[in-house]
Amino acid sequence: MRITCPLCGERDRREFTYRGAALDAPAADDGAEAWHSHVHLRQNPAGPLEEWWHHQQGCGSWIRVRRDTVSHVMLASALAKPEDADGGSA
Amino acid sequence: MVELSAKTPCADLLPLTVGALTLSEVAPTVMTTLSPYEGCRDALSAALEARYGLRWPKPNRSTAKAGVRLLWFGRDMALLSGAAPDRGLSDHAALVDQSDGWAVVQLSGAGAEDALARLCPVDLRPSVFKRGHTARCDLRHMMASITRLGPASFQIMVFRSMAETLVEDVKTAMEAVAARG
Amino acid sequence: MRISGWGQSGEAREVGFTFNGQALRGRDGEPLAAALLANGIHLVGRSFKYHRPRGILTAGSEEPNALVTLGEGAQQEPNVRATTLPLFEGLSARSQNCWPSVGFDVMALNDLAAPFLGAGFYYKTFMWPAEFWERLYEPLIRRAAGLGALSGAPDDAAYEKAFGFCDLLVVGAGPAGLMAALTAARAGLDVILCDEDVTPGGRLQSERDTIADAPAQAWIDATVAELDSCDNVRRMARTTVTGVYDQGTYAALEMVPQSSGRAGRACFWRLMAKRAILATGALERPIAFANNDRPGIMMAGAVRSYLNRWGVAPGERVSVFANNDHAHRTARDLVAAGVHVAAVIDSRHDAPQSDLFRVIRGATVCNASGRRRLESITLRSVGGEEKLQTDCLAMSGGWNPTLHLTCHLNARPRWRRDLACFIPEPDAVPGLDPAGACRGRFSTAQALQDGADAALRALKALGKSAGPADVPKAEADSYGIQPLWSVPGRGRAWVDFQNDVTVKDICQSAAENFRSVEHMKRYTTQGMATDQGKSSNVVALAVLAEATDRSIAETGTTTFRPPFVPVALGAMGAGATGMGFAPRRMLSSHQVAEERGATMMEVGLWYRASYFPKPGETSWRQSCDREVGYVRNAVGIADVSTLGKIDIQGPDAARLLEYVYVNRFSKLAPGRVRYGLMLREDGFVMDDGTTACLGENHYVMTTTTAAAGQAMAHLEFVTQVLQPQWNVRISSVTEQWAQFSIAGPKARALLQDLAGAGFVPSDWPFMSCGQLQLGDVMARLFRISFSGEEAYELAVPSRYGESLFRLLLERAEAVGGGPYGLEALNVLRLEKGFLTHAEINGTASLHDLGLEEMMNPDAPCVGQVMAGREGLVARDRMRLVGIRPTDPGERLSAGAHLFDPDDSVERKNDQGYVTSVGHSPTLGHMIGLALIKSGPDRIGDPIRMVDHTAGLDVICDIVEPVFFDPEGERARG
Repeated sequence: MRITCPLCGERDRREFTYRGAALDAPAADDGAEAWHSHVHLRQNPAGPLEEWWHHQQGCGSWIRVRRDTVSHVMLASALAKPEDADGGSA
Repeated sequence: MVELSAKTPCADLLPLTVGALTLSEVAPTVMTTLSPYEGCRDALSAALEARYGLRWPKPNRSTAKAGVRLLWFGRDMALLSGAAPDRGLSDHAALVDQSDGWAVVQLSGAGAEDALARLCPVDLRPSVFKRGHTARCDLRHMMASITRLGPASFQIMVFRSMAETLVEDVKTAMEAVAARG
Repeated sequence: MRISGWGQSGEAREVGFTFNGQALRGRDGEPLAAALLANGIHLVGRSFKYHRPRGILTAGSEEPNALVTLGEGAQQEPNVRATTLPLFEGLSARSQNCWPSVGFDVMALNDLAAPFLGAGFYYKTFMWPAEFWERLYEPLIRRAAGLGALSGAPDDAAYEKAFGFCDLLVVGAGPAGLMAALTAARAGLDVILCDEDVTPGGRLQSERDTIADAPAQAWIDATVAELDSCDNVRRMARTTVTGVYDQGTYAALEMVPQSSGRAGRACFWRLMAKRAILATGALERPIAFANNDRPGIMMAGAVRSYLNRWGVAPGERVSVFANNDHAHRTARDLVAAGVHVAAVIDSRHDAPQSDLFRVIRGATVCNASGRRRLESITLRSVGGEEKLQTDCLAMSGGWNPTLHLTCHLNARPRWRRDLACFIPEPDAVPGLDPAGACRGRFSTAQALQDGADAALRALKALGKSAGPADVPKAEADSYGIQPLWSVPGRGRAWVDFQNDVTVKDICQSAAENFRSVEHMKRYTTQGMATDQGKSSNVVALAVLAEATDRSIAETGTTTFRPPFVPVALGAMGAGATGMGFAPRRMLSSHQVAEERGATMMEVGLWYRASYFPKPGETSWRQSCDREVGYVRNAVGIADVSTLGKIDIQGPDAARLLEYVYVNRFSKLAPGRVRYGLMLREDGFVMDDGTTACLGENHYVMTTTTAAAGQAMAHLEFVTQVLQPQWNVRISSVTEQWAQFSIAGPKARALLQDLAGAGFVPSDWPFMSCGQLQLGDVMARLFRISFSGEEAYELAVPSRYGESLFRLLLERAEAVGGGPYGLEALNVLRLEKGFLTHAEINGTASLHDLGLEEMMNPDAPCVGQVMAGREGLVARDRMRLVGIRPTDPGERLSAGAHLFDPDDSVERKNDQGYVTSVGHSPTLGHMIGLALIKSGPDRIGDPIRMVDHTAGLDVICDIVEPVFFDPEGERARG
């Protein structure tokens, strides 16, 4: 499996670690129910899914990857936090 | 008066030659990571240019001038080597001394790419990975930084504590390449 | 029989080899099978189940029968295909699955018992009594069944693995593959061309085709010469692509010639290709008829391979049995080479006639005789049955495209009725384009054109333009197949030669309602041997279709999975055996510790000193007790560099700390250190450690050794995903600093001695930090304690680590102290009730560890809401306490479970478990930490510790988790 790191390019899966579905975390004061649902109740869909992947053996970026869980097709990938756009000389 | 003596990570391990390939330790130098603060990358780049004549590197690239090298080193990070960082740089970036954090070796000779193909899952073909190109990548389960220094010459960096494993693994790969003739 | 002057491989030098101990001669580089046939040897092995004599069926990697064992001891390699093993001087091979010899095999009795041993035999016969299974049936079956045998010794062969990248991967170097590679290479693509054979050309090497009006070999030579001259082409011979994976990843097994020393035998490649062309050709399939497994019955195409390529005729009086035009070439070529052709038996009534040999149309072969070597066959035609003397039968039931790789991502092939074969669906694998015979384009002319067309499509897909390819003229022979799968009649007709599956077995499967092709496969084991049914699958499902009155398209195929050919696990795991399993992290003090005879211990990837034995000490406990004494009474030195160290800088640095730690951090002043606790998002404790404030907006966080990587990834997640707006930068500095604990009542004096006037003890209160000049080196000093004594951690850049460690040991030893290892470190922290990951074990909450008061309710932190849930703060959860044996002479053990003294020892009465234990020389007995239901409410109660594996059953007292200096006065000094 190959994952595209927006900074490093397409890389082997072994450079990444997985953290499950990329969901927006509840606010700190959202209460136990919302947090319980966020932490424990996941949809696990058959089809496209947004996931967090960490390019741990590479540049250290957290990447939001859109992947089809049935076909394994990689549909999109983007940095969780874009590199400094304001100071962008790149 | 205390006197501490220094020892490099590969002091007892290198140099090493197998067939056409040589693995040697790069002479230690000051190495500092620079991580620009939010919105400060342009200012940092300008300061670097004024001081060293080197601009902030694009991802997967490095630049060098007069013995000073600026190596892209990961997200929001570059490694300045060959010169102590100018104090003024810390207005724009977090500076962290890494002079002792990494084992730095050079693999040279015909077939260097073939040896690395046995160690790293990244594309290092000369048409894709040219002189000055650099990659943060996996090297046999170690976090590595690999930079092409020339047509058959690469700089390899892994954590200092893994120097022995690095040398063993690269040596095995060098032997495999040599055995193919 | 060798035909002098015949064979396109040329006249290689002669080499000597042995087969079953018999000294023989062959030609260097030719397949072992060719050399055996040249020596008149057809009987090569015994079959899997019935131990039937078997010969050579094919001339390729699909071979089901001719498997041999090479080497001895650790080098023993079973199931090597004689058809693909290049001969070399001194090769020694032997038959397998036979005893005492391949000519006389005791287990061949199975063949006589065959009526009782059909498909499903195991399931029906070995049902009862149940206890017989393990004691009797299984050992019997294991002895009798199986192909070849491993030596049982570790495989000491040097395997390799490697990664390759290209624009275009071409799988197969036959006419389609060579044409595709040439077209792509000329247009500038970076091409990898893999072929499982030693020499390129594919089937062309076995045929007598012409290309551009010259022998095909001339075209092969010219094409390969051009490819080899291109910098953008990497030609990989002896390399079989074994699997297709996601995003253009292909696995390939390269067999490295034996003579090349340390490069070993096999290199397992992962090839990453933007596009790929499959040009794997086709495999010929047998026809099922009674006794079609006799040695001497071979595939028609294989007979041509041995004849035309290697100059070996597999018989002196050869017959052909076929249902298609291609097979007639075998007769044509044999006649041309001067070999007698007895007859061509063709099931088609309109089969072409020939002036060169006798063609019997509308006929079938219905039996064969000759147990160790074919002697005669029986023909059946409208005129009745006829016996024909022949020593080799070349059969062809048509060709199956080698489309296996197109099915590795779950696609199913499509049935082509007109060609009587499956072909791959287009786009079965994204980016993989089949060309030539592997999609039913069987003639050489079609293959060349198809290869060129596929290359042009690949070029277009990669955004390169190229003019029409220059495709040379070649044969466009007719195929004219009419399906024939099996010949009815008495006697066993073999379908799967390797797993001994017959037509009757498949019919029985259908009769017992295992009608799905997947059920039939499992019921009969068809296609489940090392050849994965390459020659048998299509015949088997055609027979099943007939038996169940369905079409072949309706019946469908089973799933093809990787690997396409057997791959040694050693190749896949190359480099990962022994010390190669994982990197080893060595401390800067490693060499000094080894010089002192320290016993090393793996902690994660790190190697740390466990203890430093002294002369006269006979057990680790003596060393450990002594080392604990250094710290309690003098000064001990330990390397603590393995702790994770993370540099944190930026305007929002304090905010980050406040957010990842449960306790307050915003007010931590420069020069001060604070203990902190981190939670996971689900509210359980992740890690603990200290964080030092080095200056304004500059901190260094320490993590435990075990959780260093996890903590770093966590901080990256927080700063990139949860709070991306914060202006903070983090980087690991674990490796930059060598850090040593200096602990004990004489630690202060040692530092004064070391740093002189630079160290003023009053400047260094408990939990302070700062810089300390040591000669030319600027060090960092932290006054923190993991032992309960006055203690400091001194950090220097790692290059000075070894030197500083030596100095510290010298000075410590001068005042009655010395180095202490992990064992002593563990006892020291246990005496103080400090935590490690034995307690922070992923199931413990703040509340369980008695640390709920650390939570700062005024600021949100990771895991805060979840940590407050009812279930995580219940009083009756397993919570941290200390335990000690009521009788001080008794032992404790970590992991042991705890019970009320009055209860029986069973799971429902479980009260908790012991997390860590140690012998406290300070207290003179063992101590431990434990997680016990309502633990803190039971201080003073007795509890029973039971460890069945260590044979311990000990009454303990539940006590406070801090055993020594509960007020902490010693550390504060």
